[in-house]
Amino acid sequence: MNFMGIEQFPDYKVPGTQHQDFSPYESNGGSIVAIAGDDYVVIAADTRLSSGYTIHTRKQNKLFQLSGKTVLGSTGCWCDTLALTALVKARMQMYEHTHLKTMSTDAIAQMLSIIMYNKRFFPYYVSNVLAGLDNEGKGVVYSYDPIGHCERATYRAGGSAGALLQPVLDNQIGFKNMQLDGEIPKVSKDRAVAIATDTFISAAERDIYTGDAVCINIITKDGIEVKEVQLRKD
Amino acid sequence: MSILAYNGGCVVAMRGKDCVAIATDRRFGVQAQTIETDFEKVFQFNPRMFVGLVGLQTDILTVRDRLMFRKNLYETRENREMQPARFAAMLSSFLYEHRFGPYFIEPVIAGLDPKTLEPFICNMDLIGCPNVPDDFVVAGTCGEQLYGMCETLWKPDLEPNQLFEVISQAMINAFDRDAISGWGATVYIIEKDKITVKTLKTRMD
Repeated sequence: MNFMGIEQFPDYKVPGTQHQDFSPYESNGGSIVAIAGDDYVVIAADTRLSSGYTIHTRKQNKLFQLSGKTVLGSTGCWCDTLALTALVKARMQMYEHTHLKTMSTDAIAQMLSIIMYNKRFFPYYVSNVLAGLDNEGKGVVYSYDPIGHCERATYRAGGSAGALLQPVLDNQIGFKNMQLDGEIPKVSKDRAVAIATDTFISAAERDIYTGDAVCINIITKDGIEVKEVQLRKD
Repeated sequence: MSILAYNGGCVVAMRGKDCVAIATDRRFGVQAQTIETDFEKVFQFNPRMFVGLVGLQTDILTVRDRLMFRKNLYETRENREMQPARFAAMLSSFLYEHRFGPYFIEPVIAGLDPKTLEPFICNMDLIGCPNVPDDFVVAGTCGEQLYGMCETLWKPDLEPNQLFEVISQAMINAFDRDAISGWGATVYIIEKDKITVKTLKTRMD
């Protein structure tokens, strides 16, 4: 943080004083998993909010219901998550007033990318996964890097245990490295919920920033169903 | 970048019912450049004991040779086979001798006790802190991915053929998410009366 400190003005340094650097980022942990199907999408996030070895709360929901068919999962620096989601919600409200309709999932996905890239040189330190139903009612998942690069996928893991969870999804949802005859089987909604839950149970064993409980949102054309499953709390 | 991730690679070992399995990838690279795709990091030290070494390739080969020397010296002097637990203790103190100028390797030991045939798995950090769990151990540049896979796929008392399936799927799907591991894999299943070696074909990118 040289550019904002006294280091630029050595003449004004007081001898013998101590200088404390301000660090604007903090990692508050948390993981997200999202799985899309033909007529549903499942998104899950744990509920632990921590920093270092401290747990701030065991009941922090990290899933933001942006509309009746779009949910954003966001982890990383929690204050950035709050700032980002507040901005997204405000921009969605403006869109609704201007165009007299709710933003589609694809439009939100594109907007989120632009909002994040707008802070290219002082980014929101967040790992985002956006899940929703597209205009045809199909499930979609979008994942982002902190500066707004956006990728459409059918399944994605993100956050502090993203590295642990993603290969499990590759294997169980993407059927990678499986010997199958013909086409890739479809994953049912119940199976997707079961896998999402199981991956979190595994991640909670090894990642200290993931645990306490997992909040699951199941989005279908009939609305959003919310479930919670308890995880280990140590 | 960490010196342990200079050449890339990974090893995983698992315990089953009266058997153990150890698997390695086959890549040897220098940072992003792949040099060889048949470099195995698992070495047979005894009829029922294998040791996997990941990390800096030059240290893998040095440590392998020095361990073989010390093990052979022990076996000549004692006139009996070295048990995996003894070997782990030896390796641990060997690594700690170099506490302030370590070999940049992370070892994994898998074997059956020569007398009791009790399965044994163990891993260590580069200065020899041992860890002897009763499920699985991982090491290498895709350690996190391996933990995720093993934690979901492994269960107690797997039969040798099931154990092969679990360790193979765990290893392949883990290193497919790591750019500097992969390029084929080799799996060793150690049972009391036989050793099965299988080479897996995987995606080569």
